Amino acid sequence: MNESLDPRVNRLRLNNSDGSFSVEEGENWNVFEVFHQEKRGAHHEHVGCVHAPDANLALIFAKEQFGRRKKCVNLWVVRSADILAFDLEDEDMFANNPDKTYRDASGFKVMDKINKFKAQSK
Amino acid sequence: MQIQQALPELLIKIADDELIIGHRNSEWTGLGPVMEEDIAFSSMAQDKIGHAWAIYRILQEHFEGQDPDQFAFMRDAAAYKCCHLVEMPIGAYEFSLMRHFLFDHAETARYQSFSQSSFTPLQQLAGKIKGELKYHTLHADAWILQLCKAGEESRQRMQGALDDCFQLAGGIFEPGKEEALLISENIYPGEQALYQQWLSTISPVIEKAGLIMPQMTAPVYGGRQGQHTQYLQQLLNEMGEVFRLDPEATW
Repeated sequence: MNESLDPRVNRLRLNNSDGSFSVEEGENWNVFEVFHQEKRGAHHEHVGCVHAPDANLALIFAKEQFGRRKKCVNLWVVRSADILAFDLEDEDMFANNPDKTYRDASGFKVMDKINKFKAQSK
Repeated sequence: MQIQQALPELLIKIADDELIIGHRNSEWTGLGPVMEEDIAFSSMAQDKIGHAWAIYRILQEHFEGQDPDQFAFMRDAAAYKCCHLVEMPIGAYEFSLMRHFLFDHAETARYQSFSQSSFTPLQQLAGKIKGELKYHTLHADAWILQLCKAGEESRQRMQGALDDCFQLAGGIFEPGKEEALLISENIYPGEQALYQQWLSTISPVIEKAGLIMPQMTAPVYGGRQGQHTQYLQQLLNEMGEVFRLDPEATW
């Protein structure tokens, strides 16, 4: 059983081999995913990852890795191991999405109403 | 002493500290313990040199000082006013981290006091770099706490680094003959007041880390009067090597 904390390792199913391998708590640094916020109220966007012994230092490292250029107002860090992802082979769950155009919001014609409302509120 | 002489005395020692520690810390670039830390430490070293540059600019603009590059690179060692703490070679990483912790809290205390300075350029600079200093001390505190809880060998090495750095750090607050005038003119509150402020910010971190706070029995003075360790000249030779090839060159 591969007990790596990195979900990418688990997803690759490297643990199918027979040899036993474990990571003791604190033996290795963890991987943290970093999310960058460009302005207040904006979504935090995933920008990459850092290694760190804990969340505090992960955030401190993330500031220089991902927040020292251009605009940034905040960062999040999340332990990679805490992220749950689908297997690559389950991508077929999303295969028919392009056919289901009736789920796209693009079918609604609302701009006339919005423009009318804007004109009224001036 | 006139304020026109007293203020440059203060500015030069602050800027020289930042230039020299900035250069020292940049010696870790490419050699940091992990890539993330390498980048963070190098980036903060650049910030320090930026702070030094900003103060050399103030000297140039308000006190008929030299061009900042000339002033940074072309002086004799005895004309530098940095404390001995910043001159010391980088040593092992715990030494550099501990120096960073002690120095940056002192620098923060200093700039916090400048935010109320009657000398406007210093007050403005304090506002501008406040966020950078906040990050520098956050980084230092996190590392001190992390390494002090990482096992007995690690804690012992951090204690050793603290003991090695502490009297040297006392030299940051070496009294100067210009102080009384600067205090009375509300430029800043003086070295003794900054020292007390520094102690009150580092003590809780040192205590939380489980380190024993040394007594300040023999602070290492002399740097502010131009007396330096052998290491400063070596550093200056290397730092200015390229610049001195052609001091008039435009970069």
